[in-house]
Amino acid sequence: MLAIEDLHVWYGSSHVIQGLSLTVPAGGAVALLGRNGAGKTTTLRAIMGLVARRGGRVRLDGRGLESLPPHRIARAGIAYVPESRGIFPSLSVLENLTVAARGTGWSLERVFETFPSLTERRDHGGGALSGGEQQMLAIARALMTNARLLILDEPTEGLAPLVVGEIETLLAGLKETGLGILLVEQNLAFATALADTVHVLGKGRIRWRGDGTELAGVPEITRDWLGV
Amino acid sequence: MLLDPTFLAIQFLNGLQLASLLFLLAVGLSVVFGLMGFINLAHGTLYMIGAYIGLSVARSTGSFWLALVAAPVAVALLGMVFHVVLLRHMQAASPMKQVLVTFGLIFVGLDSVRYIWGNYSHGIDLPAVLAGGVSVLGETYPIYRLFIIGLGLAVLAALHWGLERTRLGALVRAGVDDRETAAALGIDVGLAFFAVFCLGCALAGLAGVVAAPVLSVYPGMDMSVLILTLIVVVIGGPGSLKGAALGALVIGMAQTFGQVLVPALASVMIYAVMAAVLLARPGGLVRARHG
Ligand SMILES: Nc1ncnc2c1ncn2[C@@H]1O[C@H](COP(=O)(O)OP(=O)(O)OP(=O)(O)O)[C@@H](O)[C@H]1O
Ligand SMILES: [Mg+2]
Repeated sequence: MLAIEDLHVWYGSSHVIQGLSLTVPAGGAVALLGRNGAGKTTTLRAIMGLVARRGGRVRLDGRGLESLPPHRIARAGIAYVPESRGIFPSLSVLENLTVAARGTGWSLERVFETFPSLTERRDHGGGALSGGEQQMLAIARALMTNARLLILDEPTEGLAPLVVGEIETLLAGLKETGLGILLVEQNLAFATALADTVHVLGKGRIRWRGDGTELAGVPEITRDWLGV
Repeated sequence: MLLDPTFLAIQFLNGLQLASLLFLLAVGLSVVFGLMGFINLAHGTLYMIGAYIGLSVARSTGSFWLALVAAPVAVALLGMVFHVVLLRHMQAASPMKQVLVTFGLIFVGLDSVRYIWGNYSHGIDLPAVLAGGVSVLGETYPIYRLFIIGLGLAVLAALHWGLERTRLGALVRAGVDDRETAAALGIDVGLAFFAVFCLGCALAGLAGVVAAPVLSVYPGMDMSVLILTLIVVVIGGPGSLKGAALGALVIGMAQTFGQVLVPALASVMIYAVMAAVLLARPGGLVRARHG
């Protein structure tokens, strides 16, 4: 579904991503792991067209996305949940959802059924939500775009274990429906529970790929590139 | 005489009337500056062109009402063309380049107006319903000035409604809150801001045609309001609807009362007010939600 080939990103003169390749098969879930500053967020931003200088190819179902502006990349079928969540504070919860609404499948009714806690808060300002609610809203909002691929940047960061569990159940359910998932995480247990394939990113390159059980068998990878 | 309540009430209405015109002018300039970081000094030129187009439409059709609709539409179209051929390519340019290019446009506008409409001063006749006066505390006050006040308030209410209650308003707020996330959700932020720019142009054109019956229409009429409008934007706080309204009110009143109470210092008064406001609140009266 998503195919990234030989991706490079520069910030000024620093070469942050140095030839990264990665595929997300249709309906599959792929995790991208790495230490702080490894370049995980940068990779996702490059997919969405949000970095100034990049090279390489990014294709969604065969269609090249490299030359499109971010809003066209999103409309091609990718939904992005940024690390900061990116909830619009001057929009109500309802408006946060409706501005993103596009296509059919996920409607307001279905979203409110899936996220009952948001229903109660539909008229609250986006800035008035707790961290967990903001993460739920960011995911719900991404679903409203009816994308085929969901990209999430550290969705569990700073959340209580109970909420992390809820998000895990939610994403597992979404995966069941055939939605493709590309997940950036530092929470190893969360990532390996959800993802079919795990990619370990270090210093701008993929250092290892495999599944969760295989990762447990290579402690040197975990030590060198994940620091746990 | 100075504390005569009738006199004060009349001056208050005059202040409101000026504030109303300044608001129509400032809101477009302020929002474009605040949202897109773009300094369009030719905003006053759009006001002048609105007045002239209104003049031509009113003369050729005999209908002030038609002029009131045609001028903003024509000016919005003109703004659209300007944006596409010139301003869009200047958005990434340095503020100094933007100032120079749009300053140049002022002179292009001035010469174009002279070439098309001649170097004379004109007025627009009012329809009968707006031509008379009404009694305010025993004095006759022109209905048309009350109409301007009402129009300003109506535009303020409509813009507020549009921003808070419509989809376009929500898209614009999302783009202002977090432009990148909005784009990554498929929102064409550039297009939403372009619509806002065109609306701002239309309001400048509306201000021009509305001002035409009270202030005469002449080449250079834009310069006399441009400075006041810029001051309104600066003291109101760029990028804020409320700020534009508040700034227009302060400057409208300062200008009007300055002229009648201390005529010798009237022109200094505005700058004194601006300095005082900026010393107290360097970012303007109302802080826009985001930089
Ligand atoms: N806008 C920027 N300008 C310059 N350098 C940047 C910028 N954003 C990130 N970097 C640098 O690029 C590298 C990769 O950053 P990135 O944010 O992609 O890492 P990350 O893997 O997402 O880290 P974290 O786990 O902390 O979120 C880091 O060294 C960072 O300092
Ligand atoms: Mg990151």
